[in-house]
Amino acid sequence: MSGDSFPAPHSVLLDPEKCVGCTTCIKQCPTEAIRVRKGRASIQPERCIDCGECIRTCPHGAKRAVSDPLSMIGAYRVKVAVPAPTLYTQYDEGCSVDRVLSGLLELGFDEVFEVAEAAEIVTQATRELLSLSGTEADLPRPLISSACPAVVRLVQLRFPSLIPNLAPLIPPMEAAARIVKERLHPGEEGVGVFFITPCAGKVTVTRAPLGYARSAIDGVIGLRDIYLPLRSAIASAPERRLARAGRKGLEWARVDGECDAVGERRSISVDGIGNVIGVLEALENGKLEDLAYIEALACPAGCVGGPLTVENPYIAKTRLRNREESAPLAGPSPGEGRYGPAIDLRWTAAVKPRSALALDPDMLKALVMLEEIELRAEGLPGLDCGSCGAPSCRALAEDIARGTAIESDCVFKLRDKVRELAKELMALEEIRPPGLDREAKG
Amino acid sequence: MTLRFEVDDEDFSLAGRASSELKRALGRLGICPETVRRASIAMYEAEINMVIHAGGGVAEAVIGEGRVVMTLSDEGPGIPDMALAMTEGWSTAPDRFRELGFGAGMGLPNMRRNCDEFDIRSEVGKGTCVRMVINL
Repeated sequence: MSGDSFPAPHSVLLDPEKCVGCTTCIKQCPTEAIRVRKGRASIQPERCIDCGECIRTCPHGAKRAVSDPLSMIGAYRVKVAVPAPTLYTQYDEGCSVDRVLSGLLELGFDEVFEVAEAAEIVTQATRELLSLSGTEADLPRPLISSACPAVVRLVQLRFPSLIPNLAPLIPPMEAAARIVKERLHPGEEGVGVFFITPCAGKVTVTRAPLGYARSAIDGVIGLRDIYLPLRSAIASAPERRLARAGRKGLEWARVDGECDAVGERRSISVDGIGNVIGVLEALENGKLEDLAYIEALACPAGCVGGPLTVENPYIAKTRLRNREESAPLAGPSPGEGRYGPAIDLRWTAAVKPRSALALDPDMLKALVMLEEIELRAEGLPGLDCGSCGAPSCRALAEDIARGTAIESDCVFKLRDKVRELAKELMALEEIRPPGLDREAKG
Repeated sequence: MTLRFEVDDEDFSLAGRASSELKRALGRLGICPETVRRASIAMYEAEINMVIHAGGGVAEAVIGEGRVVMTLSDEGPGIPDMALAMTEGWSTAPDRFRELGFGAGMGLPNMRRNCDEFDIRSEVGKGTCVRMVINL
């Protein structure tokens, strides 16, 4: 298989002080990328898709995202905050979007540009893609939204045959950053664009972009990190009229929002990485070919359920809906016009399959290994207890074949061996050397 | 190597397991994505067919050098008119399956379309055996 399997930079890190070596995260990881070794979880970078499930599920808070500190904005002359619409849902409706954005200025930003506003432009571009037909479009149906970077990486790793279905458009946050850099401050030095993110996946994608070569974003600040300082800033900031995004942009932060905004009836929206996998499986089995569009979001309820958020996803979703109702359908003049000529939203780099799951580049060798895995998996207890540090017995069988684990890592296998050994010991104990055993002579 | 699955009688929650496992295996072998997709579609359709029409059966995939051979055999009612059964849109699926979105009459044609070799033998009252080959 062609494609690269380089260990891409990741944003999910383990805090070894907090990790107790339990098996919660290994079980939840959708790509089986985590193993417990020496009492600590360790992430295999070539398999990680930065979905953040481990951050969400770790009961000890030992997984975190590597984002940038707020202090980094000081290095730039013009500091522009680019907040994800999810930010608005972390504060209750009594606090208007204007106030949230004013709070950002109070924190030291010079300007704000809403990702939701850029989402309206991406909505328009998605509509145009969907209206192209036949060979003119040269894109298979259904198109899969590429707004969620964890989904794009999931497709690369587990559903590479669906790569052509990915909508070849940059995500709203990148569109926002490009508008700031290319239209509002063209050619200016010292302009820093800081995305405020609900998830780790979007941190990674600014460092290792998918579908484009270089991100226009200079720093990514985790929503969790800015939540408290922003709350204080909101309280003291004079309210200014800054909110521009309309309903169609805000909607992108929750499940169904993209489909609602795009207005495609033959569509499906799916949230939660497990459900996304189910839908992509069905699509790969040829079941969903009547659809035109799939909105797939890795987090429960959509971006409002991101692992770096503070509020409960469903409370956040309801708050978003309430905010949508009081917003205009669309912002003042999304798309062309307000910022001069439209920015280029199309992908300019190929998204390639990731071959990290393949056992060996040589198919014959891989086949031998696969046979070994099948045999070994049958011999394991099948309880998927996780004590060996792998998420399932099959995963252990695979690790053994890959040479990264041994059969005695299985506590049941180990026990069997100890038992055999004990039996052997007992049997040996019965035997007395004839020269010493007087009774034996009879 | 051989993967073998008992396809359960009318249990839709398990239908698709053979194709999922086959897909996983082919992925581990580093087979090109488009080929994996064709194999999983063919296997999935065949599995579903066996559940809908034959009350289950046995699915087997033999992965060897250069090819995967999928064999699905059942002891169902058999197919009386093969030419008709291979016609797109022709279906004898019971209503209760059509209500679930299955039985559009594309199963057999879809299987044939996605394979490099396709062979189906059926005897009324005895059962059906489908053999599909995909070159890797």
